[in-house]
Amino acid sequence: MIDKKLLKEHNLTEEEYREIVKLIGKDPNITELGIFSLMWSEHCSYKSSKKHLMKLPVTGKNVIQGPGENAGIIDIGEGKAAVFKIESHNHPSFIEPYQGAATGVGGILRDIFTMGARPIALLDSLRFGPLSNPRNKPVMEGVVSGIAGYGNSIGVPTSGGEIYFNECYSLNPIVNVFCLGIADKEKIFYAKAEGTGNPVLYVGSKTGRDGIHGATMASAEFGEDLEQKRPNVQVGDPFKEKLLLEACLEVMGKKLIVGIQDMGAAGLTCSTSEMASNSRSGIEIDLDHVPQREKDMTPYEIMLSESQERMLIVAEKDKVKEVQKIFAKWDLDAVMIGKVTDGDRLKVTFEGKMVVDIPVDSIVHSCPIYDRPCKQPAYIPSIYDIGLPPIKKEYSKDLITLLTSPSLANKEWVYRQYDHMIQTNTVFLPGTGASVLKLKGTDRALAITCDGNSLYTFLDPKTGGKIAVAEACRNLACAGARPVGVTNCLNFGNPEKPEIMWQFKETIEGIASACETFDIPVTGGNVSFYNDTEGESIHPTPVLGIVGIIDDLSKIPSPGFKKEGDILFLLGENKEELGGSEYLKFLFNMEKGRPPQIDLEFEKRTHDFCLKVISQSLITSAQDISEGGMAVALAESCFFQKPLTGFSVDLYDKIRTDALLFGETQSRFILTVDPSHLEVLQTIASDHEIPIRIIGKTGGKKMIIRQHGKKIIDVPVENAYSAWKNAIQGIFETQ
Amino acid sequence: MKFGIVVFPGSNCDHDTYFALKDDLQQDTVFLWHKDHDLQNVDCVVLPGGFSYGDYLRSGAIARFSPLMKEVVEFADKGGIVLGICNGFQVLLEIGLLPGAMLRNKDLKFLCQHVYLSLSNTNTPFSNLGHTGQVLKIPIAHFDGNYFAPPDVIQEAKQNGQIVFRYCDVTGQITEEANVNGSMENIAGLMNKKGNVLGMMPHPERASEILLGSDDGKIIFQSIVKWLTQHNT
Repeated sequence: MIDKKLLKEHNLTEEEYREIVKLIGKDPNITELGIFSLMWSEHCSYKSSKKHLMKLPVTGKNVIQGPGENAGIIDIGEGKAAVFKIESHNHPSFIEPYQGAATGVGGILRDIFTMGARPIALLDSLRFGPLSNPRNKPVMEGVVSGIAGYGNSIGVPTSGGEIYFNECYSLNPIVNVFCLGIADKEKIFYAKAEGTGNPVLYVGSKTGRDGIHGATMASAEFGEDLEQKRPNVQVGDPFKEKLLLEACLEVMGKKLIVGIQDMGAAGLTCSTSEMASNSRSGIEIDLDHVPQREKDMTPYEIMLSESQERMLIVAEKDKVKEVQKIFAKWDLDAVMIGKVTDGDRLKVTFEGKMVVDIPVDSIVHSCPIYDRPCKQPAYIPSIYDIGLPPIKKEYSKDLITLLTSPSLANKEWVYRQYDHMIQTNTVFLPGTGASVLKLKGTDRALAITCDGNSLYTFLDPKTGGKIAVAEACRNLACAGARPVGVTNCLNFGNPEKPEIMWQFKETIEGIASACETFDIPVTGGNVSFYNDTEGESIHPTPVLGIVGIIDDLSKIPSPGFKKEGDILFLLGENKEELGGSEYLKFLFNMEKGRPPQIDLEFEKRTHDFCLKVISQSLITSAQDISEGGMAVALAESCFFQKPLTGFSVDLYDKIRTDALLFGETQSRFILTVDPSHLEVLQTIASDHEIPIRIIGKTGGKKMIIRQHGKKIIDVPVENAYSAWKNAIQGIFETQ
Repeated sequence: MKFGIVVFPGSNCDHDTYFALKDDLQQDTVFLWHKDHDLQNVDCVVLPGGFSYGDYLRSGAIARFSPLMKEVVEFADKGGIVLGICNGFQVLLEIGLLPGAMLRNKDLKFLCQHVYLSLSNTNTPFSNLGHTGQVLKIPIAHFDGNYFAPPDVIQEAKQNGQIVFRYCDVTGQITEEANVNGSMENIAGLMNKKGNVLGMMPHPERASEILLGSDDGKIIFQSIVKWLTQHNT
């Protein structure tokens, strides 16, 4: 009955099938096969990535929960814990941008509140194909409105994120959603099915046929059959989720339940088997009691459905009535569908017949782990032959052009569609390096950032991995925050290709070494492989979500120049590094060269220095230098407050002028300092052997940069501002 | 003074409003569950922002049928002070405590941003601490805030001083450009004829702390406290 064709449809290999038969001691029936296909999919099992993920540092004194649960948890003091995670929803978002992105938000929110935390922030890392291609605009519009539609309704601020554009995402956009919640340390809940005889309750939306095989879809390449995959995308209902959120937090606040797990990828299958497996128990459910919204659903469909807004709860026997009463208050049913059992089996009945009877561990822990072959891609050495463009000496014009690159331009068109102020914690508006959220009732705040430059990782995955971590921590340092925990979303192509596996391995090693240097644990995350469409892979795209703590919010300088006459300091060194720059890419269409190199130890020292001078209120602003180089960093610093403040800078570096202006050498910051603090700052820098130098001062209506006394940039701030401000809005409003 | 914040399923600014009233303004504040029939002797009812019942039909269209709304209407009819913020404004329009309706924003997008409001009438329970023409910086966050009413209703509202807040620029000029959502007459806040029920799209509870960009929203809550103090004695 189970033939090669059926196995192929379930994305299982023949060897995997033989392993299944051996594990369960029988040929699986079709429902059991469906269960294995989901739980052994790349998305759920991490079978290709596990070996390499082990290299990431996962421990630290503040870690309450590392990888393996719904989300990671870090102790943030005063009895509170930060619960956070990032997840991808790339595949569904390409097939159906609005619902794909919306349910991505819904899914990550459930991961957070299922642990007893109230979500306080969402951030999104998005990657699209260039907006010059008309096919990409509706994808971006749909994704942005989907994120807005879900987040705004449920009332969690979308307080930050990042968006980059590259041709490699035209057929495979990236939608990574980060969520952070705050829980009482004493009221954290886990996916547990403890206590033989305890009832298993189903709460939330009824089960339909939507999303069947969502996880397996996310574990295969797309071909030309995209239209047919549309029914695999789930439909979100943020209102239902808001009710679930409130009801779940209420039953958890009253400690009425034993364990809870959301039904995300792999739905009822994943939640029942993982909860049982975590508690070394068995579980029995009767599908006749599962609320259904479509007729004649088969056990296969019910077990594999990925209908949204559903949770599974294990409660103590004598507290079921109280739990049900709270759900009823929120107009939700909590239906008993089974119980926790002795032993180790997942047993499912349907119309009185046993349709699934397998050991939970065979599904959850026995998937084969692959050590897939790695091979350095053929493009690697030759792509470093950069063949730099001739020097044109039109730097002012180049700067304006670069400011209109959608990857660098103002993103207000996007973030004003998101409710980024709800919950009244948002200290800086989106568009700054890090999202800063105050912790009510304290002087403290959390800073969160998502970062990842996929061009760097494409050119040199290990360096790219290091820089992704460093850049995120650099953004935190500018906000006066020390990093405390990391979650990562690793978006790659097909791991069965040795070149992709090599990119993956190298990137992880880069991330791991940076996390070790900065002493920050990785508490979880997500791997998204098979980001290939019609045989084309995306650039390796790691996204690092890093959380930092600000000890005294009153000391934190807001971004941007504050006033005329502040001294401009450059922290760090200028080097001739143009490889992988946005300048080469946007102006010359060159994705070439070695990306900037990074010395992690030095990088760490620059962060410590920033934190120190911020804690002593010595600077009026800090801006890191990243994509677009020093000229773009200086320009952006002019744009944060009106009236716009210009600057005048003198540089004496003996390097190519375009590299000086637009090169992306790492570990650099622009600091502004009131003249009265000049000497203290210099003393601290020299004590810590940190290279800083005065490069100019703020003021005037123009942005002026000189090299060896000769003007190389001379632009009215207002012109640069309007080019930067209107670029993305202009693209969408002229359709 | 005692404030009551009505919680509908899908309300999501209820906690923010509670925080602004209770923690920032130190007022006695309670949540009122929409299924109850008890206003708990509050002096002022606040209908908070959010997406009541998901707003899948028309914003506020279902919430008006919540059991507690019967008591809210009776309270308003007796002259009780009622403030509807954002979704709360939409509910007040749906239930008929205020005239007119909301259309989608003029550019058909959700808008979350700081806006400037010009205070057009200070002789109200909601604005008595301000001065006419004063400019307040308060954020908006809505999809359906494009206020619409027939010409006679607008005419009457103008004559009666029912228009309390209008969208303006930073200098207080009432311009088309400042009218971010396309509302008739730049209306951002509208009162009933009797002057005890106000609906406003901007969120004063989000402007109650300088750290978050503005504390101009406090004027509205403090005006209510002052008015109640004078009229309850």
